[in-house]
Amino acid sequence: MAKGRVSIVVERCKACGFCVEFCPSHVLALSSAFNSKGYHPPHVVHPEKCSGCDLCGMYCPDFAIAGGKVDEAGVPVKKADAAKGAKK
Amino acid sequence: MSDDLVTDILNPVEPFLRSDRVPHIWCPGCGIGTTVNSFARALIDSNIDLGSLALVSGIGCTGRVAGYVKLDSFHTTHGRAIPFATGLKLANPKLNVVVYSGDGDLSAIGGNHLIHAARRNIDLKVICVNNLIYAMTGGQTAPTTPDHSTTSTNPYGVFEASFNLPQLVEAAGAVYVARWTTFHVRQLSRAISEAFQKKGFSFIEVISPCPTLYQRRNKMGDGLDAMKYYKEKSRVRHGAPTSEVGMTMTGEIIVGKFVDRERPDYQTMMKAQFHESLGERFVEQTEMVCS
Repeated sequence: MAKGRVSIVVERCKACGFCVEFCPSHVLALSSAFNSKGYHPPHVVHPEKCSGCDLCGMYCPDFAIAGGKVDEAGVPVKKADAAKGAKK
Repeated sequence: MSDDLVTDILNPVEPFLRSDRVPHIWCPGCGIGTTVNSFARALIDSNIDLGSLALVSGIGCTGRVAGYVKLDSFHTTHGRAIPFATGLKLANPKLNVVVYSGDGDLSAIGGNHLIHAARRNIDLKVICVNNLIYAMTGGQTAPTTPDHSTTSTNPYGVFEASFNLPQLVEAAGAVYVARWTTFHVRQLSRAISEAFQKKGFSFIEVISPCPTLYQRRNKMGDGLDAMKYYKEKSRVRHGAPTSEVGMTMTGEIIVGKFVDRERPDYQTMMKAQFHESLGERFVEQTEMVCS
């Protein structure tokens, strides 16, 4: 069972490939599908390898991808409320 | 392909963004968004009260950051991010003021403001995203453009010497000087957190790809090629003498924390001077109330 999972907002992606290149466990690949702007967003090819490190999210210049840890049932592990000071 | 905007994995940067403005205008492969990720994570890690944070940016690609973050932010006129931030800090000393701008805005159009803010040691956190060119205006030679590169105003190659920004701000008096690239996301995030702990002029230079205007004219590939170049050619040298960290077009990039020292900041020195010369007649400014 994978330790993590990524979520991808395909409409924000500009297919720069940073997430695909720098994912330490090579979970992602650029897909052949298009988003509405004509870019090829990434898709998950090895979901079982994802560690939920969120390095893809740190590299993504378009805020389009995020990784997170999940428990054995695949439910996201809640981190401390990260942006509690953020404006609503 | 279905749009999976609704997801249970939350991007930690999302609460810091004005989501209605995303997707942003930055080109595919541009690194400015990556620096925003590191900045947002530094805010999370350093537990800063966002009510006491102000972000000021100037004009240019990086200047757009002020419009995309959900913080108290201001997009100033060209080169005047530091003067505006200085005013904010002097009027309300409790604010954490961040200047988030590009190399052209900070070191060229606002070059004087940069060196004088560093000289006065005003308590600002300056994040300078250096893409080595004037990107938004069409790829003209900037003071940071390295030797021998081709730009729209130097089609036969740049022959001027370029600014070494860490050396410039160290000589002017900054208390914290670091350089990272967009490849070093975690180190950059940590550096921004460290800068928040410092009192005084902190300067963090982030080398960032510009695939559309810098790399295209110089046949250096796209954003990903630049990131691979940063990965391959960056050398971490903490405490390196800043005179040795100048940028070249294809050579090594020296990254790390170069300067971390203590100097009384502008407001501390101002109060000390007033106490000395005015004695009991000097009344310290209390909290400013806007009515």
